[in-house]
Amino acid sequence: MRFRAKIVDLACLSHFSRIINTIAKLTKTCILRLTVCKLYFILSDKVANGGASLWCELSQGNFFNEFQMEGVAAEHNEIYLEFVPENLSRALKTAQSAKAVKIKLTNKHCPCLRVAVELPSLSSSSRIVTHDIPVGVIPRRMWNDFREPSVPDFDVSIYLPVLKTMKSVVERMKNLSNFIVIEANLSGEMNLKIETDLVSVTTHFKDLGNPPWASEDGCQSSAQGRDLESVAEACVDIKKLQQLLAGQQVNPTKALCNIVHKRIVHFILLHEEVSLQYFIPAIA
Amino acid sequence: LSRIGDELYLEPTGSGLSLRAVNSSRSAFASFLFAPLFFQLYEPGSAGPDTELFRCKVHMKSFLGVFRSLPSLEKSVGKCLILLKPRASRLVLQLHCKYGVTKTHNLAFQECERLQAVFDIQRCASRLCAPARVLAEAVVHFPLTLAEVTLGTGPGGKISLRNYVEDEAGESCRVRGPPHLGVPFSPPPTPFPPPEPSKTMVTELWLAEDEFQSVTVAPGSHITFCLKEFRGLLSFAEASNLPLTIHFDEPGRPVIFTLDDTVLEVHLVLATLSDAESNSQSPSTNGVSHLPAPSDDFADDLESYMAAMETSEGCSEGRPSPTFPLHIPRPAKSKHEEEEEEEEEEEDGAVPGTPPHKKFRSLFFGSVMTPGRPGPATTQEVLAEDSDGES
Repeated sequence: MRFRAKIVDLACLSHFSRIINTIAKLTKTCILRLTVCKLYFILSDKVANGGASLWCELSQGNFFNEFQMEGVAAEHNEIYLEFVPENLSRALKTAQSAKAVKIKLTNKHCPCLRVAVELPSLSSSSRIVTHDIPVGVIPRRMWNDFREPSVPDFDVSIYLPVLKTMKSVVERMKNLSNFIVIEANLSGEMNLKIETDLVSVTTHFKDLGNPPWASEDGCQSSAQGRDLESVAEACVDIKKLQQLLAGQQVNPTKALCNIVHKRIVHFILLHEEVSLQYFIPAIA
Repeated sequence: LSRIGDELYLEPTGSGLSLRAVNSSRSAFASFLFAPLFFQLYEPGSAGPDTELFRCKVHMKSFLGVFRSLPSLEKSVGKCLILLKPRASRLVLQLHCKYGVTKTHNLAFQECERLQAVFDIQRCASRLCAPARVLAEAVVHFPLTLAEVTLGTGPGGKISLRNYVEDEAGESCRVRGPPHLGVPFSPPPTPFPPPEPSKTMVTELWLAEDEFQSVTVAPGSHITFCLKEFRGLLSFAEASNLPLTIHFDEPGRPVIFTLDDTVLEVHLVLATLSDAESNSQSPSTNGVSHLPAPSDDFADDLESYMAAMETSEGCSEGRPSPTFPLHIPRPAKSKHEEEEEEEEEEEDGAVPGTPPHKKFRSLFFGSVMTPGRPGPATTQEVLAEDSDGES
């Protein structure tokens, strides 16, 4: 089982760092799944995470100049690692002017991701900073816990408002309440609501647009049959929503959410080279 | 100085005004000696045959409060007068500002004994001198919350900085998982849970010899000290654009950072972690300072690790994790030496105020000897030596 990768392009490095920062804001620990073509950051919906789950996927070719991966076995050519994304975020933070960043899976004293940053210096040789990030290797028999979640059979799918606006609204609401209701309909209208004993606040968004979903097992037809005005809502932990929005440092190309009435909200954020899905369960 | 202690010691001497501070656990001491030439006027007062030059200490916050906003001070203050009035028990700070405005601050002070850490730069086997910028750039890779860092020497003359990781089990970077060499493995009754990667990340930085202005180091030497006080000095050095010199010796002996200027002499003395074992062992078994200079090819074989997890057999890893045992330091002084001290506060062999598992020796603070001795004593006779027979 081996893994080595290298980034030399500063723009790629900066983009990769931003992705890691986003993940670090969402969860304390997460699973990194390595395949020949892709990297996945996964958080499964355990109770410890408050039931939220994460699936973030990116193509290694868009970031790494070199990428070599040998999985646990020939027929299972993948590696699953558990790690603390904050560590990786910190390691990359001071690497933004690096000549090269190499990441390697090692096992000197314990399995680690060794991030070696080669920095420019005025002396004849470069400065090298290494960060050994301890990781846990997930054995093959547990890989089933981390399968890609399927898109739920949603009631409403709607594009999100400008994330910056949504973020500032949610941050202020967070001061007033622990829970937020997200409701939307198929006419491009979304409300964010909080309600406490003393105050209730609702922010209305209009003309957001509803994404068309390709027909799959007749999903499209059932959506067409739905009333455009009927509203789907879910009450979720406001902190989870705030973390998701706070972690977005760049505007995604596409941002939408799928709401299953009173069950779960499924966020999909797409950038050019990376897709992020985040599921927040509704509070009963 | 405020990064080190809560009290500012002012000591006028024949060779200038010395400002000093010490931290509560006596493991950090700093002194700034401003030569008479630094001032427009410098009158240390006169010491009589029976009296010494007056010295005192004030609350750091009170003193700093007078100089609160540097940018506005620079614009409005023409002169600053510092006056010690022993009989009125006041330290007077008078700011002469524009438009005829004079601000006078009267600070209460306490008389005090001379604050002097005992250390000897000449006895340090190793010395490094670098522009402050280089060290500041090095330190930026370590998180602000990090407590201790280990400075070491490596092959090829390289200098390393590495965050020091404590571990109760005495091993660094150990994850719950397959046992290491020599321990028989019994298969767990339940499916193997993924090991928790909650161990601390280890960051290591290598600097080439030519980044330093001068390097004189004993090979294989290393010391571990607190980053917090060092960062304070580093930002001062960067702001004043002065090169920083690091004098160090064996683990356990203090590390001394100095800045030198025509009118200013700065010393920061920090206690270092004593590591009794590494003194006797050959350095190559101590994982800290002897990681090879980074190369592309080092062991990254996890096959055996995976095999152990999958098949529940004993694993055949490489060498066991290096242990970094921390022994209880030998008593810092003998009874006789303790009696000689005239400290304001009681000081015992252990370091008060620090957590029990941190084995930093407290710095040694000598008693007052002759009055009027200039600055930090580099050549004064050491009254109270360590009782472990070093000389």
